[in-house]
Amino acid sequence: MKILVTAKRIPDPGQKIKLKGNALDLSAANWQLNQFDEYAVEAALRLTEDGAAPATRQGAVTVASLGPADVQQQLRSALAMGADKAIRVEAKDEELDAVIVAKTLEKLVRRDQPDLVLMGKLAADNEGNDVGQRLAALLGWPQATFACSIQVVDGGKALLVGREVDNGVEIKKVRLPAVVTVDLRIIAPQAVKNGRTAANFAYPEGPRYASLKGIRAAKDKPIEALTLSGLGVSTALQVKTHGSELPPARQAGKKIASVHELVEKLRSEAKVL
Amino acid sequence: MPFAGVDFLQLDELLTEEERLVRDTFRRFVDDEILPVIGRHFREGTFDASWPRKLGSLGALGASLTGYGCAGLGPVAYGLIMQELERGDSGVRSFASVQGALVMYPIHSFGSEEQKQRWLPKMAAGEAIGCFGLTEPDFGSNPGGMRTTARRVGDTYVLNGEKRWITNGGLSDVAVVWAKTDEDGAGQGGAKSVRGFLVERGTPGFSTRDIHGKFSLRASVTSELIFEDCVVPASAMLPGVQGLRGPLSCLNQARFGISFGAIGAAMACYDEALRYTKDRKQFSRPLAGHQLVQAKLVDMLEEISKAQLLSLHLGRLKVAGTLRPAQISMAKRNNVRMALHIARNARDLLGANGITDEYQAGRHMCNLESVFTYEGTDHIHTLVIGEDITGIPAFD
Ligand SMILES: Cc1cc2nc3c(=O)[nH]c(=O)nc-3n(C[C@H](O)[C@H](O)[C@H](O)COP(=O)(O)OP(=O)(O)OC[C@H]3O[C@@H](n4cnc5c(N)ncnc54)[C@H](O)[C@@H]3O)c2cc1C
Repeated sequence: MKILVTAKRIPDPGQKIKLKGNALDLSAANWQLNQFDEYAVEAALRLTEDGAAPATRQGAVTVASLGPADVQQQLRSALAMGADKAIRVEAKDEELDAVIVAKTLEKLVRRDQPDLVLMGKLAADNEGNDVGQRLAALLGWPQATFACSIQVVDGGKALLVGREVDNGVEIKKVRLPAVVTVDLRIIAPQAVKNGRTAANFAYPEGPRYASLKGIRAAKDKPIEALTLSGLGVSTALQVKTHGSELPPARQAGKKIASVHELVEKLRSEAKVL
Repeated sequence: MPFAGVDFLQLDELLTEEERLVRDTFRRFVDDEILPVIGRHFREGTFDASWPRKLGSLGALGASLTGYGCAGLGPVAYGLIMQELERGDSGVRSFASVQGALVMYPIHSFGSEEQKQRWLPKMAAGEAIGCFGLTEPDFGSNPGGMRTTARRVGDTYVLNGEKRWITNGGLSDVAVVWAKTDEDGAGQGGAKSVRGFLVERGTPGFSTRDIHGKFSLRASVTSELIFEDCVVPASAMLPGVQGLRGPLSCLNQARFGISFGAIGAAMACYDEALRYTKDRKQFSRPLAGHQLVQAKLVDMLEEISKAQLLSLHLGRLKVAGTLRPAQISMAKRNNVRMALHIARNARDLLGANGITDEYQAGRHMCNLESVFTYEGTDHIHTLVIGEDITGIPAFD
């Protein structure tokens, strides 16, 4: 199976947000791979290998990102995990919106013709959660979002994708080629079944570590460099950011002496009674 | 929130992509595999039997060696592994230092092809564990006086003596033992007659005894090695080196890594103190809002930043082949001193909480007392540098 995985670099979500004027100040950001994309890389590797003998792979995993030259670091870490090659489309962060990203990915998919596009369900910076859906629409491919499990069926022609919904797990069958976005549970030990790995095989929980062997091997794997104009993608932004502001600081709470006073305040101040 | 590193001077820019990737892998490994269990192991005085294989599967053991299943990393990437491991615990880093720099390194540099084939792949994978026996009960800073002997008898050597304070001793499948021989006309019994031997667990006459009651490096095994008419084949000797140069060259490898490791312990303490003092309020403001507290935090950050530059620079010199032992002494001395100082100050800023094992500073503080002493005490490194600049050795 040929899989295209998308990877976005995002500022460390644990870092405090800084503003410069009314724009985000990312000059001191600690960049990292969006965690859901890392899960997608892990899922793609599990789909293309025999878990008991990970060195023997069937198929290939390509990781693609749009961003400045620094993104190479995140791509290299996906290659070190085991992906076969990478594509970087040159762009500054402020030159991108979900429409441009989806259209760029569409060009890559039409060019390389993967059987499956695996993506994180969202990027944990702006939590947009729409590139996967847009891409499927542009391609006219079936989509399954928020996958918590993937099983290859019909001799590799379709997937059974589990999605956690309010009252349980919904299983969708999608024909390949398709777009699948993954949620957190896709990295559970037995969430991915490719039909080659023994049915009872259990991976360690979580995305795999880049081993030193993997890191060394990643040095020699190709990272193809492309441009938006080279791919023929219009660079006019459809989504414009007009400003950013921090949420108002929380007011200190008040201590209340008696139940009587509490009821009184709920009525007069909170007006919920 | 996961540890994000300490990089005030943007030194990350001086690292290669590969070096950063290696560092990040072990940063995550420590968050996932060491920190959740280290408190318990330290309290109970146990070494986690799963660590060797986990470290081996990532390639951390003997990572700077080439061939025989080793990763062939450059010195800075190797140093950054030590830094991250010691950010977890000095005991875990000690395990890796001993395995890689004190056991695999001499086998790789001075061993026969047969010795390399037999041990290096298994040790790189963490399937076999090694220890390094140089120190004796009566000879620590002055190993040249060692009393352990290896007497040649036909096609064998007979070992007698005792080694003490040996990391991994009780766990090891093979011990690199340094002993004085009675042959080669090498000044009989003098420091020049020192040779290295590979002694396997189970060899008759070889036993180990673990040392208990430690308040430092509790998650690492420290043992005595006892040799009583222990007979090993002549092929157990490391053929490639003679004299104290053998063990000292190993120690230079290990000390280089320790200079990075100490930075890891210091970063853990600084990070903990910074978070804690921003969080806890006394006298109407966070602790971190008091001038004396800020001064301590700034001192910590400044020392860490200088130490980072020092070790990084030595790594680059090592690649260039111009690194001198006295320079390694400066890095070991400076960085372990600063780490110990930072651990003590972090302990202070945590108040009463700092004396419990719910927090890291006290554990690092106790651990670093060992790091201050082993691999050449602080005094000994002072004297090495002193001799280098004056030309006058202040010891024998
Ligand atoms: C946890 C731990 C693990 C260890 N692991 C190993 C191991 O794996 N393998 C191994 O071989 N050894 C190991 N050691 C031993 C370590 O290397 C020695 O403890 C160290 O070399 C110091 O020797 P000593 O303890 O005999 O102290 P001493 O040499 O007796 O020193 C005591 C004090 O005297 C000072 N001193 C000594 N000589 C001089 C001098 N000429 N001038 C000024 N001051 C001097 C020292 O600096 C120190 O302050 C380990 C030690 C510890 C604590």
